[in-house]
Amino acid sequence: MSDLIADKVNMVFTTPTGGKVHALKDVSFTLKEGELLSVLGPSGCGKTTLLNIIAGFNRPTGGAFYLGDHEISGPDTERGMVFQQGALFEWLTVAENVNFGLRMKKANKKETARKVEEWLEIVGLQGFGDTPTYQLSGGMQQRVALARCLINDPDLILMDEPLGALDALTREKMQSLVLKIWKETGKTIMIITHSVEEALLLGERLFVMAPRPGRLHKEYRLPFAEKGVDGDMRDIKNSAEFAQVREEILTMIWDMEEEIMGKAEAA
Amino acid sequence: MIIGILFIALLAAVIWSIFHGRKVLRTEKSDAVFGNPERALGGWHWVVAGVSSVMVLWLYFSWDAGRSYFPQAANEMCQVAKLNRSANPIRAAFPLDNRQLRGTQLLQRDGLQIALMNQRLAAAELLSEADRTELQAIINDMESAMNAQASPEFIDPTIEGQLNGIADRINQLSDKMADDAYPGPADPAQMEKALAQPGWGETNVEIPPLAETERGRKFDAASLEMEAIAKDFGKIRNNTGAIKAKLDALKERYEGFAIEGGADAAVVAERKALIRQIDKIYKRIDDGKIFPPSITQQVEDALITLDDTQKSQQGTLRIIDALAMPGGTIIAGNSACSEQGSGRWLPKPSDTWKTLTRLADPDIGFKDAPLLWYKMTPLAGIADYFVPDWVADLIPGEYPRHDDNGQIQMNLKGEVYNIATGNYPSPMIPVPMGHVWDSLLRVLAGLFFGILFGVPLGLAMGLSRFFKGFFDPLIELYRPIPPLAWAPLILTIFGIQDDGKIFLLFMVAFAIMVISARTGATGTHLSKIHAAHSLGASKGQIIRRVILPNSLPEILTGIRIAIGVCWGTLVAAEMLAGTTGIGFVENVARKQSDYEIIWTTIIIMGLLGLLFDVLMRWVINKTIPWRGKG
Repeated sequence: MSDLIADKVNMVFTTPTGGKVHALKDVSFTLKEGELLSVLGPSGCGKTTLLNIIAGFNRPTGGAFYLGDHEISGPDTERGMVFQQGALFEWLTVAENVNFGLRMKKANKKETARKVEEWLEIVGLQGFGDTPTYQLSGGMQQRVALARCLINDPDLILMDEPLGALDALTREKMQSLVLKIWKETGKTIMIITHSVEEALLLGERLFVMAPRPGRLHKEYRLPFAEKGVDGDMRDIKNSAEFAQVREEILTMIWDMEEEIMGKAEAA
Repeated sequence: MIIGILFIALLAAVIWSIFHGRKVLRTEKSDAVFGNPERALGGWHWVVAGVSSVMVLWLYFSWDAGRSYFPQAANEMCQVAKLNRSANPIRAAFPLDNRQLRGTQLLQRDGLQIALMNQRLAAAELLSEADRTELQAIINDMESAMNAQASPEFIDPTIEGQLNGIADRINQLSDKMADDAYPGPADPAQMEKALAQPGWGETNVEIPPLAETERGRKFDAASLEMEAIAKDFGKIRNNTGAIKAKLDALKERYEGFAIEGGADAAVVAERKALIRQIDKIYKRIDDGKIFPPSITQQVEDALITLDDTQKSQQGTLRIIDALAMPGGTIIAGNSACSEQGSGRWLPKPSDTWKTLTRLADPDIGFKDAPLLWYKMTPLAGIADYFVPDWVADLIPGEYPRHDDNGQIQMNLKGEVYNIATGNYPSPMIPVPMGHVWDSLLRVLAGLFFGILFGVPLGLAMGLSRFFKGFFDPLIELYRPIPPLAWAPLILTIFGIQDDGKIFLLFMVAFAIMVISARTGATGTHLSKIHAAHSLGASKGQIIRRVILPNSLPEILTGIRIAIGVCWGTLVAAEMLAGTTGIGFVENVARKQSDYEIIWTTIIIMGLLGLLFDVLMRWVINKTIPWRGKG
């Protein structure tokens, strides 16, 4: 059992002028193994901070995250990460990027090569192994990033707006890919996004976060991800149920944004 | 001849490429607005135009083209220059090349001296009234003697006759020069000798001095006659007859002036000083170089006639001088003629090429070393260079000693020492050597150590607050100091051999490499480091696999800059001190005013710089093709 447990996580940043910013306040939740969670919220609500802490890049100022039986204290291969821009190593080829993690572990070379082939096929990049990554399109780069993360067999996959920089068509294809991987591998996946539609499609569970201080505002349990694995994305998006939840969340976020603006104007 | 054809070909290339460029411009005139960078692409015909223009200018202003078209011209102009040179002593006395008559100048100068004497005398209060009256009278006599020289009234008729004789002889020379038969048939032996001379610029004697052509012989003969005339003119002094009487009286009077006698030392000293001054001016007047202008007019006229004749006799030579030898002419010295002007300091491309091939010849080289060659060196010697001797000291035990029979039992320590000192038979391998190689080696060695130490420190400074804080002030303190300001200190400490220069270049390269590696390291995207972390990379792996490759563009740019700066510093350092190297060659050539070698070294340095840069561009394209695309 490697559930992700957040126990009253607090994060307070000190600004250079001495002020305090409460980025996260008393965030507590439990993410069961194999769940697909999407996190949504207006900008500045602490989504990325949350992800960075889970990944182990930052330490919370209060509380802790637990993955399985231990506390998270730093970056580790058990938690894979996919970044918005891919963050590929452009001096390496596609295959070298994908096997980066295994090379760092000094894994068996034959085994590594086999796994790379396997994963390139899963993400739809067979035959691109020797291509330099800077020659790939944005969507292909993101596929490489996915494969690079998954080849390490992490317990938890963290995605920081992974499809944010892609065009609509590529984005839809990638969304299917993410769902396919989720279903086939049974990994726990946590996706941060600023697209409401994407959050609904790629979230078995959905957290809406509120800003100042960053906190969990509302949680949804959604059927769309499960449907999307086999069904047609377009049909799901056009369904009345989808539209209703989307409008509800959009209104919620708009209200938050307006509240922020109001606060800013009052100050 | 090759140069002549080349010159025309280059001129044609310039004209062709200009027309071609204009044609391309017309046919491709598609953008209506100015500023499209695409327009700067291509255009190799402008490369042709640029390079050809430079070559044309070089060939023209170095007189290489002129020499190619008129190989005889320099020899003839040398004869003309000889005539000018021999006529110069007479011409200098007349306002031909100068603004004033020599006599006018002398009158002015000595008149000023006399006026100063008058002032001094008026202020000499130490002297008695009698002394002052007498001295004043002497000065007045002197002035009147000097002025008498300028007056036709006092001139000695012999002098007048001599001057007229000079004028006649010059006029006769003019007539002879106008005659085509002058100076008569050539002496075959003389002619053979003249024709056997090496050509223009073929040896260190720039221009063959003996007349090779009819026209040349005419000027050569005239120069000999003129030399005799000038000599005789120099002997004529306007100090005879009535002038002599005046001068003698003057001399007697001031020599008779009582310096000693009935006065204290200060007065005696004052009198002495005044008389000495009078004596000086007297001697100049006694030189007799002031003549009445009306008397010397004939000589002046004769000189003008001669000048006109010799100019008309030069004919086409004057046009060649003006057009083919721009910015100067040929002048005659004591024993040889030489180029004067741009032809002198701008070496001819063909001579420069010859010098380059001469220096490149390993048997000749420069100062006991070739430019770039190889020598067979035992492999052991190279090991000796790299393996320090103290390695053997680290081996436990004693060095072998001889026993009572004089036998030496080798042991491991001894063997290692032999290897460290290169004391064993080994095959010979060719090793590059020479001035260019020495310079190259110094630059590469300095660069190597600069990269070896600079890159790790730069990366560390980009990643660690401690390293940045600790080393930043140190590096920023020494970096802004011009490398050459360090040179005297470093060369004094390390000596003028390679170590000092390599250390100096190391200092230069080190600072540049530290800064570029640091910029590269701090420029790494955090997401890449995060990604590497969550892929399980350790700190060391992140530095080696992520930060180092990510900094490569900056590091390689740093190397490219460092090579350029090191090269510049090295050449200057070699000029300061050293016995080999391309900068040393140039410095020696400078001391010998050998323009060809100076230009040769400049060209070699330019080519090497170009080579380095092309090499670095190639390396950059090969190693960091992702630059600007990540």
